[in-house]
Amino acid sequence: MAKSKSKKVEVPMASLADIAFLLLIFFLVTTTIASDKGIALLLPPKPDPNQPPPDITKNQRNIFKVNVNSSDRVLVEDEPLQDLTQIREMVKNFVLNFGEASPDNQQLLGTLSVSQQNFVRSQGRKPDSSDSPTEAVVSFKTDRGTSYDVYLAILDEIMGAYDEIYADRVGITPDEFRNLDKKDPVQQQIYDRAREGIPRNVSIAEPTKIGGE
Amino acid sequence: MSKFKKKTSTSQEIPLASLPDIIFMLLFFFMVTTVLRESDILVEQKIPQAKELNKLERKSLVSYIYIGKPKKTDLGTEPRVQLNDALAQPEDIALFVQQEKDKLTEAERDQITMALKVDRDVKMGIVVDVQQELKEVNARKILYSASKKIDRY
Repeated sequence: MAKSKSKKVEVPMASLADIAFLLLIFFLVTTTIASDKGIALLLPPKPDPNQPPPDITKNQRNIFKVNVNSSDRVLVEDEPLQDLTQIREMVKNFVLNFGEASPDNQQLLGTLSVSQQNFVRSQGRKPDSSDSPTEAVVSFKTDRGTSYDVYLAILDEIMGAYDEIYADRVGITPDEFRNLDKKDPVQQQIYDRAREGIPRNVSIAEPTKIGGE
Repeated sequence: MSKFKKKTSTSQEIPLASLPDIIFMLLFFFMVTTVLRESDILVEQKIPQAKELNKLERKSLVSYIYIGKPKKTDLGTEPRVQLNDALAQPEDIALFVQQEKDKLTEAERDQITMALKVDRDVKMGIVVDVQQELKEVNARKILYSASKKIDRY
């Protein structure tokens, strides 16, 4: 008994760091930090075969057309466009046109932020652009031969334009707007306030089949 | 002068006793953040970049569809769809979505999100075919996977 008491029982700790290092390196190599980010989209519901397709009663000026052909050439409002990043400003100008001087429109204009109101006033009402943000539709049409990269780049610009409008309206950055947590009532309220009266009307048309794949 | 006496007596050793603890902390960080791949990816995946990215809220509601050129050259150069572990036809998506929905509880089924991981060299044709199938089975929430583009001003 006396013998064992005097003996010191110790686990060697010096190699612990090495073992931990090995494990660390293993996880460093295998890790892929969750990269689940992207552009969210809600597909339209399947058309009901029993019902005829709805008549299109939209005015042409309320539709902002973006067409891409199979060789990735872009046509915006029937004009060729090289620099895709311009689409963002064009969409913003189009949505915030307030072409129609109705009481509803005036009221909606009043809910925008001061900078946006100034922007709308300085821009003036263009008769060939949208009547009101509620009416505005962005129509995006591709071809089966359009490359996905270009499709996503344009979709990104269109969605970005809407996000900027929403974010500006409630005075936050677009990133903050996208990360609003809808489970939190306060943030949900901000989200509703940003979205009210300005629907994200992005219509992605069935692609044409002219180009090869 | 005595005030500026050289301090030669200080020991120059860095204490190493806390090193394992620091390493362990790093280790735990990577253990927690790591996601081991559950399926091998058989198609090329060069994910495109975009600026306006939404984050996915709940991972359990997400299923992945990979689209790209097959990595094995003997399978041709046409882009293919990969579901789970195998290459598939766009027509198989209906069954796949059904299986994925069965994994969820009743209340969560309409919230299923399909993350489309599409290679940037793919043409729209196959993407549209996949979307058409998704519409058929009413899995309408989709997400085009993209990585963050860094702006240079």
